[in-house]
Amino acid sequence: MSRNPLLIQHLLRFLTYIAAILVALWVLMPIYLIAVAAFSEMLAVYKFPRPFVPVNFTLDTLLFFLKSGGVMKSVQSSVVVALLTLLFSTLIGAPAGYAIARFVFRGRDAFRLVVVSTRAFPIVILSIPLAVMFIRWGMYDSIYSLALMHTALALPFTILITSSVFASVPRDLEEAAQTLGCSPLEAFIRISLPLALPGLAAATLFTFVLSWNEVFAAVILTVRNRTLPALVLTVLSESQLPYRFAGGFFMMVPSLIFMLFIRRYLFNLWGRVTK
Amino acid sequence: MNKNRKWFATATAFVLLLSVLLSACQPQTVEVPKEVIVTQIVPGEVQEVIVTQVVEVVPTPINYGNITWLSTQLRPVQEAEKVRGVILDDFPGKVEFIPEDEGPFHDRITAEVRTGQGTIDILGALHGNFSIMAPEGQLQDLTYMKDRLADRNIPDSFWNVAKLGTDKIYYVPWMQATYVMAINKKALDYLPAGVNVEALTYDDLLNWAKAIFEATGDRKLGFPAGEAGLLHRWFQGFLVPSFSGGVVTTFGTPEAAEGWQWMKDVWQYVNPQSTTFNFMQEQLLSEEVWIAWDHVARLKDALEASPDLFLVVPVPAGPKGRAFMPVIAGLAIPVTTTNQAGAEALIEYLTQPKVQITTLREVGFFPVVEVEFPGFVSPGIRMEGEAVGKQAGSPDALPALLPQGLGAKGGDFNKVFRDTFTRIVLNNQDINTVLAEQKVILQSIMDEAKAPCWAPDPDSDGQPCQVK
Amino acid sequence: MPPIRRRQNWLPYLLLLPSIIFLFIFFAYPMVESFLLAFRGNDGGFTLENFNIMVKDVAFTPAFRTTLILLVLIIPIQFVLALTMALLVQAKLKFSGLFLYIYSIPLGISELAAGIVWFAIFTERGYLNTILMGLGILEKPFIFLGYENTSWILFAIVIAEVWRATSIIMVILVAGLQAIPHEFLEAADIFGANLWQKVWRVILPLLKPSLQVALILRTILAFQVFAVAIAIAGRGVTLLAAEAYRWYNSYRNPHVAAAYAVLILVLSITSTVLYLWGLRTPEEQSL
Repeated sequence: MSRNPLLIQHLLRFLTYIAAILVALWVLMPIYLIAVAAFSEMLAVYKFPRPFVPVNFTLDTLLFFLKSGGVMKSVQSSVVVALLTLLFSTLIGAPAGYAIARFVFRGRDAFRLVVVSTRAFPIVILSIPLAVMFIRWGMYDSIYSLALMHTALALPFTILITSSVFASVPRDLEEAAQTLGCSPLEAFIRISLPLALPGLAAATLFTFVLSWNEVFAAVILTVRNRTLPALVLTVLSESQLPYRFAGGFFMMVPSLIFMLFIRRYLFNLWGRVTK
Repeated sequence: MNKNRKWFATATAFVLLLSVLLSACQPQTVEVPKEVIVTQIVPGEVQEVIVTQVVEVVPTPINYGNITWLSTQLRPVQEAEKVRGVILDDFPGKVEFIPEDEGPFHDRITAEVRTGQGTIDILGALHGNFSIMAPEGQLQDLTYMKDRLADRNIPDSFWNVAKLGTDKIYYVPWMQATYVMAINKKALDYLPAGVNVEALTYDDLLNWAKAIFEATGDRKLGFPAGEAGLLHRWFQGFLVPSFSGGVVTTFGTPEAAEGWQWMKDVWQYVNPQSTTFNFMQEQLLSEEVWIAWDHVARLKDALEASPDLFLVVPVPAGPKGRAFMPVIAGLAIPVTTTNQAGAEALIEYLTQPKVQITTLREVGFFPVVEVEFPGFVSPGIRMEGEAVGKQAGSPDALPALLPQGLGAKGGDFNKVFRDTFTRIVLNNQDINTVLAEQKVILQSIMDEAKAPCWAPDPDSDGQPCQVK
Repeated sequence: MPPIRRRQNWLPYLLLLPSIIFLFIFFAYPMVESFLLAFRGNDGGFTLENFNIMVKDVAFTPAFRTTLILLVLIIPIQFVLALTMALLVQAKLKFSGLFLYIYSIPLGISELAAGIVWFAIFTERGYLNTILMGLGILEKPFIFLGYENTSWILFAIVIAEVWRATSIIMVILVAGLQAIPHEFLEAADIFGANLWQKVWRVILPLLKPSLQVALILRTILAFQVFAVAIAIAGRGVTLLAAEAYRWYNSYRNPHVAAAYAVLILVLSITSTVLYLWGLRTPEEQSL
């Protein structure tokens, strides 16, 4: 009788592993297919039945893509824009998120609604007024001003995500710390911030990826200083199928690298490190 | 002692090398006849006489500087690279070729013109794009270019189309193309007896697709009915004119209804995934489709990849003729250009016969100037060229021109045809009801745009074209 | 002890100020101008004609219906899946860091790439047909994405969107889960709660803020995202955002496009209000 709970526990554990692996496979499968196509010879893309391994493994399609006009420079621009966006939106958005979460004040819901509605309007339709505005202010065709635009686009997400995370941190902990002698700021830094770190990490992750993949504003606001999506995404949809796979694959890589770095922060190690 | 020798040898080598380099770098001189004043001494007089002497001159190279070229044409990655790497090779200036989607293209020029500050120096786009831009005052008057390019022999009909219904020329014809049919040779096995594949009729095409379906169970006819597909041109330039003899005036006639009936009938034999097809070359290469109609540039890749597998033929003929629509791409200069001289020079360059041939060879768009056809185009492009020639030269050829004078209503105009198709063919609505309703919309568009009729509709003397 | 809020009445507003200024500068003017476009005719006067055109259009009702259907299908599925993934990641398995990484990967995939690959899976000459034919279930490729097979097309879009966008929600939920002090969960264990009870009674209530935010964000995005749908279905089905895009880019009629945009805005705000109200946390209820 006493062995059963242990057995059930092990069984559950095993099933959990299986579940986790199945989900992982489901996530990875399409990525694998993109990679296969990106590394196959060009005409393999039209073959049927579809091959599940690269046909005549080759780097040609990817290399053509990389060497084509301005790709490397645009990668650089994209990285700069994404990092700037990340910085600005966190600096500006996290305090706002904290305010929403911690304080109950008049206009709180209204503010959240307004913040959300900025993103509820399809940005495509904003193209001309935005471009006109940027040209008039001398901000046209600059990656720095694009970073500002991206910050504006990411801000609602940053604010809302950080607010939700700060809201999850029970206020009692902060108040308890204060009764123990910490100032409100200290309480914030020592108690709330570490617990909220995963939330901030999530927001930065989100922001980076949003900026990296963002195409509309990038297309309309830049001409010569293009980011990678502006350079590539619009014309890629009309390019030959092999290039679409190569381009799609290539676009993915930097996001994957960034996520590799950030994921550590998504884990709070449950507050108490067992070291 | 050895060290000294070594040093001496190195130094000599260095000096020699340097002198070779320096001499190579000296600007090459050119002999140029020049008029020079010379003092001549003639018995009893000192005269100054003008004499032509041959003088050595160092030519100053012309460099047009930086030119930013925004284009809706040649967008695909491969084509854009050919433009940058091959076509622009000999141009004396630094051209930045920027392919752009149509939407942002228009948005950007609109924004730049509105603020008066431009970054774009020259535009490459289709007639349809320019016809929206000219009424907005975004394009310069290029009538003077016609004289400058007189030796190119660009057909007058092209220059006229480039007037966009006004008396000024707004773009310089740059390349031309049209739509043809590409056939996988496997389909020939099912060709009904007695049918000439190079001179199909609409009924032939229907029977052929039907034969394939009945024999194989597959629907192997394909149309680019996807998001970016050019299906509306099929209706405007091919189907409706071939059946009814006109585009706008005959939109609601029984003959046009026959054409739509044909479309409905043939659709049973068309691959139902056509609503996702944008570039028929892909479906031809994957063999989802054996018979396809599309723009020559969107069939090219299949033909280049496997020229032996395919065959290119003229479009079918209907009761009123073999209607086809020529596509003209042009070059225009925005009013906010920052490099006027450069833009003009680039236009002159791209319309040179040599460059037009290179363009044909590299990206498959046909020349607008008089050229001697080179022997070295790829089999795929040659096949297209021959089909295009046969199509335009066939006895029942009926050119249906690009819509003109519609201005901002160009998009709405395309939508009418697209919606008619959706309602009649996809949603199975009654043909006459749909035509009656769409007719009204079409008329209001023509009235709002005040657009006169264009070929093959009879001339309407400047009045808005009337749908009968 | 006097509540914090009374002493520092101005602090929240101060913290909000930079965001407000920023959003105002970059969105106020363009949005107002675009918003007004919907109410202006070609001559510049006030009119509701654009909305009239929009509603009477052939594609309006199908677009509206399809958008709502997709929303109703996608969001619940995504949330259940995201919650499952988040819990799996928190289950202190070995390699949970790796699992988290893998599960977040779709976050970094552009809509274009996602659209391409899922199209390649469902198309007639695609991976799914390859597998089905290889297994002998099909003799000939099945045309999933033909315009006649609306159900199959919707199915494909749902799967593609669930695949692409669930990571967003998962990441938010993971961050929210992390902020729950684990004493609460240890207490639940001590009281003998099983997994289901733990989830239902402890985790979900504490996750409410994250759930609320994730729902709001995901719904807003869902009203606007159409790239994957167009990649898969082409013109076979249509969505509100796709129509807005088409009217703006292809038909070049910014007025009707703006009308669609206004409709999308109204629908988004309505659902946001519903979420804000339906998922209130106690603090907010006291307002």
